[in-house]
Amino acid sequence: MKKLINAPENVVKEALAGMAIAHADLIDVHYDPDYIARKGAPHNKVGVISGGGSGHEPMHGGFVGYGMLDAACPGAVFTSPVPDQMLAATKAVNGGKGVLHIVKNYTGDVMNFEMAAELAAAEGIEVASVVTNDDVAVENSTWTAGRRGVGVTVLLEKIVGAAAESGADLATCKAIAERVNASGRSMGMALTPCTVPQAGKPGFELADDEMEVGIGIHGEPGRRREKLAPARDIAEMLAGPILEDLPFKSGDAVLAFVNGMGGTPLIELYVMYNELARILKDRNITIARSLVGSYITSLEMAGVSFTLLRLDDEMIKLWDAPVHTPALRWGM
Amino acid sequence: MQITADHVIRFLQLVAERVKEQRDYLTRLDAAIGDADHGVNLDRGFSTVMSKLPSATDRSISGLLKLTGMTLISTVGGASGPLYGTAFLRASTAVGDRATIGADELIAALTAALEGIQTRGKATRGEKTMIDAIAPAIDTLKEQYAASGDLLAAMRAAVAACEQGMIATEPMLATKGRASYLGERSIGHRDPGAASAFLMAQVMLTVLEQVAQEG
Repeated sequence: MKKLINAPENVVKEALAGMAIAHADLIDVHYDPDYIARKGAPHNKVGVISGGGSGHEPMHGGFVGYGMLDAACPGAVFTSPVPDQMLAATKAVNGGKGVLHIVKNYTGDVMNFEMAAELAAAEGIEVASVVTNDDVAVENSTWTAGRRGVGVTVLLEKIVGAAAESGADLATCKAIAERVNASGRSMGMALTPCTVPQAGKPGFELADDEMEVGIGIHGEPGRRREKLAPARDIAEMLAGPILEDLPFKSGDAVLAFVNGMGGTPLIELYVMYNELARILKDRNITIARSLVGSYITSLEMAGVSFTLLRLDDEMIKLWDAPVHTPALRWGM
Repeated sequence: MQITADHVIRFLQLVAERVKEQRDYLTRLDAAIGDADHGVNLDRGFSTVMSKLPSATDRSISGLLKLTGMTLISTVGGASGPLYGTAFLRASTAVGDRATIGADELIAALTAALEGIQTRGKATRGEKTMIDAIAPAIDTLKEQYAASGDLLAAMRAAVAACEQGMIATEPMLATKGRASYLGERSIGHRDPGAASAFLMAQVMLTVLEQVAQEG
């Protein structure tokens, strides 16, 4: 294991400390329980919080700030945060208009957020939750823990964050969040595995000429292993199931999100974006908005995920609204 | 046979020791079908329980079980934190304000713990989870104790059933938890949660054997 760390057990705390100093104008980091809060967040709006295991940076802490999240709760690497964190964050951002929990569909995340929501409700705080589950690689969702929450989570946090910033109430924020989740689909693949610092070894092995198709974001293997292929074939492998699933249709306007898994150079992401744009053009699907970069990652894993979100006018307006966070900034 | 708060402390200390010893084994099982953190997470949780024990103010059986449950929920994360945490909290409630517990109360507390895990995890038997090790163990414990009235013998049979249940997760197809994403590829691997449940069952038997020798 070659990593820029001091000790595996200190990685999360030391990264939080670095983030706090680097982005002191935007965020405050609280410890024990750990959460990242937006600096000077107004309290006359719905609070929006998320959280999950660490190792997916910049998600979620990098999305705390104006127009996106009010707080984020980082767990240990690839391990759900604990209810104390979400409870503390919920109390910190609650201004009486309620708090929305954005949860990715993983067994641990769902259980820990559920417990936190119960505890917050017991303290008189109104909490609504949305669970993202956009990963089409999980084929048989009736016989599994359900589809995983992946790329759509990033887009949803931006869009719902903008809605909350504009004064939307809790029920409206929840409804928009559910609409975004229902309108988005994702799928990912890996060229290399990744190593959880405390495990010290990669989560799975891949030969030089192999790739793993249908991966999640926790270093777990995917649905199937295949021989490495040119970018255009990989793009078809990922886009095909996404397009068929919703389904996306001729005339749709979409947000096309090409995401790096952590160890992929931007030049390769643009190669993949070019392939995705070609596939969408062939199907007469318009790319109305785009996002290219590594936003929901799996440590140093090399690979890519595609997310397509079918847009309506309100989503476009909210996507374009100003945002200022450590990892996403425009319009201000 | 009466179980006291000191016996519960001994159980917790032994679990913490065994989890630390088996940390890498549990993590390795999890790496095969999950996310390689089960041993690390449980070790963090039970180590924190150990550090809190000396200063615990409520040293009754239910107080110790509650402290354990709350600590696991606050420190373990993942799915095992809420699951084991809920199990200890339900057991604490089932024990209530009794200073010592006998066989019937122990069985009631273990049954409440299992129900807590099923409710929190929304899982049933046959889905390749810790329930596949715990549920047959409790069934056996109840049957054997009802038939013989010998708690120690019943617990020995229960731990054997727990081990069988754990081994039986190997050929199962996971339909709950992170292993379910592997589909067919989850087959042939032992469920890490079933393995940690078996570890705790073994420790419970060890402590009961010590209680019997003392008694």
